Amino acid sequence: MRFAVIQFGGSNCDLDTHHALQDVCGVDTDLVWYKEGLGRTYDAIIIPGGFSYGDYLRAGAIAARTSIMEEVLAHVRAGRLLLGICNGAQIGAESRLVSGTFTINSYPKFICRWSCIRVENANTPFTLSYKEGQVIRIPIAHKEGRYVASSSTLKELNNNHQIAFRFCNREGISTPEVNFNGSMEHITGVLNKHNTVLLMMPHPERASEKVLGSDDGRGIFESMIAHVEKG
Amino acid sequence: MKVPIQITISLKEGILDPEARAIQHALADLGFPTERLSSARLFFITVEALTEEAALAQAQQMCERLLANPVIHRYAVEVAR
Repeated sequence: MRFAVIQFGGSNCDLDTHHALQDVCGVDTDLVWYKEGLGRTYDAIIIPGGFSYGDYLRAGAIAARTSIMEEVLAHVRAGRLLLGICNGAQIGAESRLVSGTFTINSYPKFICRWSCIRVENANTPFTLSYKEGQVIRIPIAHKEGRYVASSSTLKELNNNHQIAFRFCNREGISTPEVNFNGSMEHITGVLNKHNTVLLMMPHPERASEKVLGSDDGRGIFESMIAHVEKG
Repeated sequence: MKVPIQITISLKEGILDPEARAIQHALADLGFPTERLSSARLFFITVEALTEEAALAQAQQMCERLLANPVIHRYAVEVAR
């Protein structure tokens, strides 16, 4: 089993994500510079957070059009796992790997803080170590994280259980006060139709060890590993 | 021929524009209340094409493939006079 973390110019959560996978979860993980290409097949690819291309044009827009993303799309078409975290989620949305997009927060400034999210679908390769409805504590850090989609897309996502996470309070209730970026329907984690792509704004790698204040996020990586092990 | 083109990218009707809202508030604080304020992004490009129509078609492709995000944006392309 081997995972890859793709590094773009401006990625800055690449080493944290690599550490969480390789050292904390014990899965062999390569750091792949985007210009080098994938070079081999991977069981899972993670696009980490950061500010690829300085967020020029729109966050993730330019990285989404680089040639390595064609390899990533082929990886996804082959049914293998892709996790996009924060800027990685923006890149994934700009690559149209899921429906909808992430845009500027409703209060248009950078937010960096702890958040609680509720697991809406625990029957996916990314969430199988959680229980449905479980509240997990994971930090967010973004300026363009407000999830937006058309009403027909939202309906489809709800019907197909493609919403992985929603912002909520500690009791698991979604209120406007804890929807820090103003996302539609409090959504902050979205799946593709086959549940093989998860794009999420919160940073699980920043909540993967108790020493960081929470290890609630580690379950996402552990779920992916368990899913791949199962075959 | 070289064709100068202006591309306007703006938010679709109904999509929240927090920056425009903040600017509107700031203008009101300066004593300029406005009933409506929206913002857009302009690109000025020059392309080589056989006809203006071909140049506009190229610009439209640029919008579809990179400059606009169809989830939230609409765009307009025109020959810059």
